[in-house]
Amino acid sequence: MKRLIGLFVGLFIALLITFFAGENPFHIFSILIKSAFGSMYDLGLTLSYTTPLIFCGLSVAVSFHAGLFNVGAEGQLTMAAITAAAVGILFPQVPFPFAPILAFTAALFVGGFWGFIPGWLRAVRGSHEVIITIMLNFIAAGTANWLALKVIPNLNSQNPETAMVSNNYLFKDYDLIARIFPDTPANASFGVAIFIAVLMWIIIWKTTFGFELRAMGANSEAAQRAGISKNKILVLSMIISGMLAGGVALSEVLGSAGQYRVGFSPDYGFIGIAVALLANNNPIGVIFAAFLMGALHKGAADLDMETTTITRDFSRIIQAFIILGVAGQAYWEHLRTSRIRKN
Amino acid sequence: MDLFLFFTALFLATLRLATPLVFASLGGMISERSGIINIALESFMLMGAFVGAVAAHYSEHAWIGWMAAFLGGLAIAAVYAFFVIELRADQIITGMAFNLLAMGLIPFFSKILFNSTGSTPSLPLESRFSFEPLLVAALLVLALSWWLKNTRSGLWLLFAGENPQALLASGVSVKKVRWAAVTLSGGFAAWGGASLSLYLASSYSPLMTGGRGFMALASLIFGKWRPVPTFLACLLFALADAIQIRLQGVQINGTEIPVQFIQILPYIVTIIALAGFIGTSRPPKALGKEL
Repeated sequence: MKRLIGLFVGLFIALLITFFAGENPFHIFSILIKSAFGSMYDLGLTLSYTTPLIFCGLSVAVSFHAGLFNVGAEGQLTMAAITAAAVGILFPQVPFPFAPILAFTAALFVGGFWGFIPGWLRAVRGSHEVIITIMLNFIAAGTANWLALKVIPNLNSQNPETAMVSNNYLFKDYDLIARIFPDTPANASFGVAIFIAVLMWIIIWKTTFGFELRAMGANSEAAQRAGISKNKILVLSMIISGMLAGGVALSEVLGSAGQYRVGFSPDYGFIGIAVALLANNNPIGVIFAAFLMGALHKGAADLDMETTTITRDFSRIIQAFIILGVAGQAYWEHLRTSRIRKN
Repeated sequence: MDLFLFFTALFLATLRLATPLVFASLGGMISERSGIINIALESFMLMGAFVGAVAAHYSEHAWIGWMAAFLGGLAIAAVYAFFVIELRADQIITGMAFNLLAMGLIPFFSKILFNSTGSTPSLPLESRFSFEPLLVAALLVLALSWWLKNTRSGLWLLFAGENPQALLASGVSVKKVRWAAVTLSGGFAAWGGASLSLYLASSYSPLMTGGRGFMALASLIFGKWRPVPTFLACLLFALADAIQIRLQGVQINGTEIPVQFIQILPYIVTIIALAGFIGTSRPPKALGKEL
């Protein structure tokens, strides 16, 4: 609940900034709300942002639980998405129910591998995961660009994107959510994302592994004394984190676009940080936080068209202030505990 | 003779490309030596690059851009210091938030000033630097390494990061030392950004730092938080960058290496260096810890 206060303070400051650009903050706010929920079409677009944000929020949250900070969700989802597209293009003969499963499994594997690298380096060499994952983001972007432009390009288009995957890989015909929101990229992967969020809640709070994960994050010294292998937790949590980010391949490539488009992600991996913080790393909370951030992102994208001075980059200002609003709250916590200590 | 020319050119390119890294990693050094983790270097650099380019554009003078960038860096770093020192916000999370903030605020201001979110107007040759930032960077390395060892305030900085309690006991405010260190780190990192927009390029272009703030952190770790070794680490990363630029479009046995692979070379070198094939690196003892 306290996190909501941080959210509102952050949002308030971000809106106040629009004042300097000569806009009316109330007007901006009403555009944000209207363009996120105004119609079924708008809501569909909001949901299509929500799905990848659930995956990325979960990815960051799991790493936080283990005491790590995965800023590499962006690279992990990029590698997973290009993998799903590559599988769909290179093996067009695979029959329907197996085809998306094959592509998704391959995507999760590569996403997990992209998470394994920083986890392993952290465990073996103590390299800081933030710097390694940022570097891996750049490497992933370069690799995916090369694959999309040189190896499996779309020859019928000038846009930087891969060819279309074979139709066997798409589950459009069986997609109930896509039918509710016609003409939008919203699709059944929204349901999958919610299912995985619930699954992660069970894993983190109800299994031995989840306990070990949280113990390592809370106090790695004590956890190691209790016989929990630090290296195992570090590596496993980053692999899971990478696989979760890889889930974006399902919503983007297999669920809607049917191809990998260079720059399709408006930095979902970074917005995922705000999502995880807002949700206090609770997987169920991530669903709601992702919906909120998805709505704000959709709203900010429309500000580009509705106003003359505010561009889509405003979304980043909102995200940054929300993260700062939530992070700054540690102060009140600190004040309270120091007051208790005094008494 | 050709080979000699080639290596001279590569060496000069390395020195040029090292300049932004050197400033940023020196900024990171004084912040981290005082005990405050500084993931926000990237945003300080971006801010410096933008403010420097804007000020040089309006004043038509490179040195005014240079000083404006310094002030801009001090300002954003002071806000960062407020969050991590006064509000005790998580240093890494706050740092990432600042990186997002710079990515959002710069297009916002650029839209107001130039009605575009792209690059700032290109600067004429007179209002750019030809070699000066390189000289300033080298002087700063020497000055800082002397300052840390031989002055009272240099020792305060080291103690704030290694043993803040001892510093407190001797009657010096750890908070004030950290405030000064973090704020100054913003100014230095902003010079790193300004040397990108005023020296290596001729304008600010979006996200022109390209992860250099994080590479600066990597060279800091690689250089064990000491000025001269950190400077050498910066040269290593800059060499990778120089080779990267040199290799673009080069043909080997008639086939061209894909440009995307060449461009990721510096990032791979950073990971290899950071994964530490050369000994382990010990951070300041109180780094990231609260008082």
